[in-house]
Amino acid sequence: MPDPIAVANAIAAGVLLGGFYAAVALGIAIAFGLLDIPNLAHPAFVVMGAFAAWQLNSRLALDPVLAGLVMAPPFFVLGLLVYRLYYVCFERRGEAQLQGLAFFFGVLFITEVTLVLTAGADYRSVSASYIGVSLSVGGIILPERMLVPFGVALAMIVLLHQFLVRSFMGRAIQAVAQDEEALRLMGVSPIKVKALAFGLATATAAIAGALLIIVQPVEPSIGRDFIGRAFAAVVLGGMGSLYGTLLASMLLGITESIVSDMWNPSWAPAIAFGFLLPTLALRSSGLLGRRL
Amino acid sequence: MSNRLFSALIAALVVALWLAGRLVSNEYVFFVGYAVVQYILLATAWNLLGGYAGYINFGTAAFFALGAYIAVAINKLVDLPVPVLILAGGVAAGALGLAMGYLTLKLRGVFFSIATLAMAIVFQAVITNWSFVGGASGAYVLRPNEGPWGGSYVEYLFYLMLSMAGGAVALARIIERSRVGYGLASIRDDELASEASGVPTLRLKVLATVLSGALMGMAGAPLPFYVAYLDPPSAFNLSYAVNTIAMPLVGGTGTWLGPVIGAVLLTAVQQGAMVTISSAANLLLVGLLMVAFITLAPNGIVGLVRGLANRPSTGGNKK
Repeated sequence: MPDPIAVANAIAAGVLLGGFYAAVALGIAIAFGLLDIPNLAHPAFVVMGAFAAWQLNSRLALDPVLAGLVMAPPFFVLGLLVYRLYYVCFERRGEAQLQGLAFFFGVLFITEVTLVLTAGADYRSVSASYIGVSLSVGGIILPERMLVPFGVALAMIVLLHQFLVRSFMGRAIQAVAQDEEALRLMGVSPIKVKALAFGLATATAAIAGALLIIVQPVEPSIGRDFIGRAFAAVVLGGMGSLYGTLLASMLLGITESIVSDMWNPSWAPAIAFGFLLPTLALRSSGLLGRRL
Repeated sequence: MSNRLFSALIAALVVALWLAGRLVSNEYVFFVGYAVVQYILLATAWNLLGGYAGYINFGTAAFFALGAYIAVAINKLVDLPVPVLILAGGVAAGALGLAMGYLTLKLRGVFFSIATLAMAIVFQAVITNWSFVGGASGAYVLRPNEGPWGGSYVEYLFYLMLSMAGGAVALARIIERSRVGYGLASIRDDELASEASGVPTLRLKVLATVLSGALMGMAGAPLPFYVAYLDPPSAFNLSYAVNTIAMPLVGGTGTWLGPVIGAVLLTAVQQGAMVTISSAANLLLVGLLMVAFITLAPNGIVGLVRGLANRPSTGGNKK
């Protein structure tokens, strides 16, 4: 029988970790879940965001979270450009998804190698007052290094969900996910709506990247570890459901944390696949999502 | 050209290269030659599913490394000749393809692709934790000095790989012009229409996945003997996945010739870049070429050449 405090600690750590995973998965939940754009390069964009936060932190001593917010608008513009290219080259031709997959795989690779060539292949980290400090609640240790990303991730998801449900543009994004043709008949350009949504998805990568470099040191190829996790969270959560993605990310985080604590950390990356495969094979609509 | 004549020509080419190889004494030629034919085999295998059916497999490294590690595991237990290990690697990787295919090919292709990407990560975790084959610290494999028919062992491995690559190209061409090939092409063009016309789409997709996976596993089995030391980061190197996708896309995916052209071209470019620039820049080059071809010339070099050849009569290449 394992020590209950140790179990509680592992679960708490898993919840915090899961919240952070949700921040990484958020951009994919929008791009892939709502817009059907299989953006494999998103985790590489997250790593790029982490490196941007590192630069701002080490040169201007900017707080990493603030650095993420500062970088969000340029990432939004980057997202608009990437979508434009994707639209012109693939979506317009009608054979979007499969060619697009290979395209984003190439973009992932180019981003990664460019980071290696410009910033080097070393691990980078940031400094902030909350890194290295932890709270202790009834024997459960909560490192602030994990608490801050958890809080920011939660805030980001709630805000984006409210935006999607309440604002005109947010509803237009949901409409484009449901029926593009109908939107066109209403006189709205689906392309503009999708470009904006993809821009938003990419902007979340700037913030998620800042969170990533708070959670752990970052090197250029680390993004690959998050591809499986993020897509598993989106598929398990249910395509297009932000809260579903959050829930699935937490399940993933808790499972990884327990396996790492009780068994062996090197198994952790495999768990996402253990979630993904049964979901695809048995319940493709995920926990809270629309049917595929 | 009939399939039989084509296969005979490929066999003659393999034998000719074999005889020519016996005159070469420089080991380096076989090291480079091995890399080239290995990529011809991998690219051709990937193209069976990716090019003919349009289902993108990101898990080349998993199939390839499975073959390699099966060879390591068997080699630790009993002393068997490499061709037997190749068969074992092919069977194991084919079985993996069967399982993956049945679980994920019922859904849209994009989910299959994502699952293969995740699968490579899981396999790396499994191998890293499997201490029998060296785990994270890797495995040393004793490479005999001489091949069974004289010459160096690398020379022998090169001939094995060359024969497999030749066989795979012949197989790809046979499939391309068979009912299976037309069925796969109909899946690529419009899966719904294909299913509605009575094409057994799931069965064909699974068949292509099994064949493609088995060939990748066979390509991996001689790897431990070629490198003499195998650890998970090198066996699961992402450059295998990227190269195997980039080569058919650059060469042209619809035909057997495309992956061959792409493999020869990209390996040559990378060998050149490796010597003149750096290995990171060399991977950047592959990534850029791949994206450039998908966006600007989706039918690859073969498509470009056909487009040029057709221009006077049809006025531009078909979509």
